[in-house]
Amino acid sequence: MNTLAVAGLLLVLLGLSYQTGWSRSRALVTTGGQKVHSRPQYHGAYTALWTMIPTLLVLLLWAWLGGEITHNYIVSQIPTDVLQSLDQAGLNATIERIRAIASGFGVAGDVAPFEQTAGENLRNFQMLTNIGVLLVAALCGGAALLYARKRITARLRARNAVERVINIVLLLCSAVAILTTLGIVTSLLTEALRFFTFIHPFDFFFGTVWAPNNAPGSGNYGRYGLLPLLAGTLMITAIAMLVAVPLGLMAAIYLSQYAPRRLRSIAKPLIEVLAGIPTIVFGFFALVTVGPFLRDFGRLVGLNINATSALTAGIVMGIMIIPFVSSLSDDILNQVPRTLRDGSYGLGATQSETIRKVLLPAALPGIVGAFLLAVSRAIGETMIVVLAAGNAPVLRGNPFEPVATITVSIVNQLTGDTDFSGPQSLVGFALGLTLFVITLGLNIFALYIVRRFREQYE
Amino acid sequence: MATDHITAAREISQERTRLVRSGLRRRHRNEAIFRGLGIAAIALALGFVALLFVDMTRKGIPAFVQSNLHLEVFFDPAIIDVGPAPVASEFASPAQYQAADLRWRRELALLNWNRILEASLMAKVPAGTEISSRELLSIPETNARHQLREMFVANPDLLGRTVPVDILASANADNWVKGNINRSLGDAQQQLSPAARTVIDAFEADGTITNGFAWALFTNTDSRAAPASAGLLGAFVGSLYMMLIVIVLAVPIGVAAAIYLEEFAPKSRLTDFIEVNINNLAAVPSIVFGLLGAAVFINYMHLPISAPLVGGLVLTLMTLPTIIIATRGALLGVSPALRQAALGMGASKTQMVFHHVLPVTLPSILTATILGVAHALGETAPLLLIGMKAFVAQVPATPLDQATALPVQIYLWQGNENRNFFEPRTAAAIMVLLGVMIVLNGTAIYLRSRLEKRV
Repeated sequence: MNTLAVAGLLLVLLGLSYQTGWSRSRALVTTGGQKVHSRPQYHGAYTALWTMIPTLLVLLLWAWLGGEITHNYIVSQIPTDVLQSLDQAGLNATIERIRAIASGFGVAGDVAPFEQTAGENLRNFQMLTNIGVLLVAALCGGAALLYARKRITARLRARNAVERVINIVLLLCSAVAILTTLGIVTSLLTEALRFFTFIHPFDFFFGTVWAPNNAPGSGNYGRYGLLPLLAGTLMITAIAMLVAVPLGLMAAIYLSQYAPRRLRSIAKPLIEVLAGIPTIVFGFFALVTVGPFLRDFGRLVGLNINATSALTAGIVMGIMIIPFVSSLSDDILNQVPRTLRDGSYGLGATQSETIRKVLLPAALPGIVGAFLLAVSRAIGETMIVVLAAGNAPVLRGNPFEPVATITVSIVNQLTGDTDFSGPQSLVGFALGLTLFVITLGLNIFALYIVRRFREQYE
Repeated sequence: MATDHITAAREISQERTRLVRSGLRRRHRNEAIFRGLGIAAIALALGFVALLFVDMTRKGIPAFVQSNLHLEVFFDPAIIDVGPAPVASEFASPAQYQAADLRWRRELALLNWNRILEASLMAKVPAGTEISSRELLSIPETNARHQLREMFVANPDLLGRTVPVDILASANADNWVKGNINRSLGDAQQQLSPAARTVIDAFEADGTITNGFAWALFTNTDSRAAPASAGLLGAFVGSLYMMLIVIVLAVPIGVAAAIYLEEFAPKSRLTDFIEVNINNLAAVPSIVFGLLGAAVFINYMHLPISAPLVGGLVLTLMTLPTIIIATRGALLGVSPALRQAALGMGASKTQMVFHHVLPVTLPSILTATILGVAHALGETAPLLLIGMKAFVAQVPATPLDQATALPVQIYLWQGNENRNFFEPRTAAAIMVLLGVMIVLNGTAIYLRSRLEKRV
């Protein structure tokens, strides 16, 4: 279908209908001198909506069915004896040739007579259907326009009608968020359930060996034990928290309680720059700078540290999470009422004593909530771990050795693979479901704590 | 008796003062330590930012310079013995012309363009140097012969003429010239033969090889066979398409959803549920959105794999909650006086929202949008799951073509085996990505400070 013609038709109809409604409304005022319910713009929009909706419906219907109809027409143009001699690939090739002839581009080599006639017929058919569809759309739109124009009277509540449509559109937009959640839950659940038809859930959730057999076709699927991945995830998360919580919390305390205004206004955005850096950059930084540094440092003090290890990934992930922890803690510290602080100062406490003995205990629930949110962020982090953790799905407790995490295994099992027939790729969804449930639980719990904390001081 | 009392009382009070004094000293010391810890934490955090930027810049800058060979290429008719290029007007249909043209190109492709390249290189080699053709051809980029062929395809009149041509040096030669590889390593660890290394040094001395700005980084797409000419253009265009899709979809839908929830939705269980839902969606790991894309958009809807369209949709869903939450916050912050004034003047609720409340919140929405788009631009993990890490050698013409994205290109390059060459290139790509990020975030911060002052 000619895009330009469609766009032209739509634009003309839009302008025409709006203008019709508008001038009709103006005419009511000038000739009748009546009090009109809605302003002219609303009458214009009202007519435009009436006109555009049927037109678009016709065009959408054709976009949906048109391909099928054209296809059937082409097949009907191929003589039956030829049709029977063709397999599916040959049929597709012939259809493509006929389309090429019809478009005027032509084909290389000899053209069978039936192809030539079919091509010419197809050209006529396409022209006719295109014009026909445009005509039908324009007629529908025109009829609707006339109907809407007739409906315009002084008492017509055009504004209310237009606002009702706007309301429905707004409602549909907010439904997208629910649909997203629904899509996530159903896709994870159905694919994970399919995975569990291959591998018993017990073997998945409590298995201690992760050794998928990625060669397709063989009956041996390999072993899919979650525990080594979970252990790796938790180890990296713990290291990241050991880095992020002290640094983030102290930074937040200093910035919110001590720092002069100027310093605060400079340092706070600079720390937030860390939050804007893409994780792939952190991953590369960990791989080429932090990892080798830790390895050399380990050699210096007699430790055997791998360049790609849980430690490397954990430290860099901790750095990444600092701004997250610090901005959440900052908010929470600011919510503790001033009176608590002033009372403490009044009793002669120093600033740090006030912070440690009054402010922090009062803010503790909120800070725990922030901590949990940070944990959930760390568990779901992917690229740093893919690059810097070494991908060794083995159950062991040494942070200096390579590990693998849930997210890494999802990436390894699913990249570019759309063939969801074996457990090799389906396991990605089981892992995703595990990840989703863990982070969801943490988030709900954390948000609950933070909300309780807020209510306590409101 | 009385004096004893006074002395005792004085002693007690002195003792107390001493205690308080010594305690105070300790407490003030603790205060200083605590404050020092705070400063140290901030210094560490900022130090990491600085270290990361300095490190990436230090590693990436060499990749912005690249070695070029300046050659005089003779398009030898003895080697290029194909007929004249077909002309479109001589054929009945475009298809037949295309077939003839393809035939002509195929004949050209079968020629040994390396002989032409070799001859022009040999002309520059100092007399008396022994070098095999294989060693000689390790100096220019592996796709140099394609470059010559394409020059000829574009301009068949070159036949029999000698023209100056600039050709990229191969990745190994580039490493050698720039000293990315340790020159004192033995022959076994060097990628280039001793003869090739001598010739490169000679070329460098006589100006046949010079270092210039690496335009290839920006004007070429990724290339596997010819690493020295690998560039970011394809990934950049792919990212651009995705950002456009995110802006076109996420912003209107997000703002509309926020308006509905904040202004129109009746307070009910359903709206509470939507609110909780959106808050949780904002914290769902990005890789889960990739799983959603793989299962729904690709496996169920059969949208094309590796296409920016799918990537854009996935990133849209990921960015939506951020925009919704930010817009709701902005709407909540609009003063009730404004609303009441509008309603009092007879505006309907919709008019009040769209004519009065929304314009006031535009700066915040704009800022949130830019930040959300910047975040989406840097996202890698979900794109890997929808197949965008496929190797793509063309600039995607439409959002339905195969493409990759800037962060994914970084992921692909960091895994390349030729580490000496690709580590700087990856760092350079990171510099480009960070540059775009800084521009976006800087714009957001600038707009926020500038527009919010006026309100």
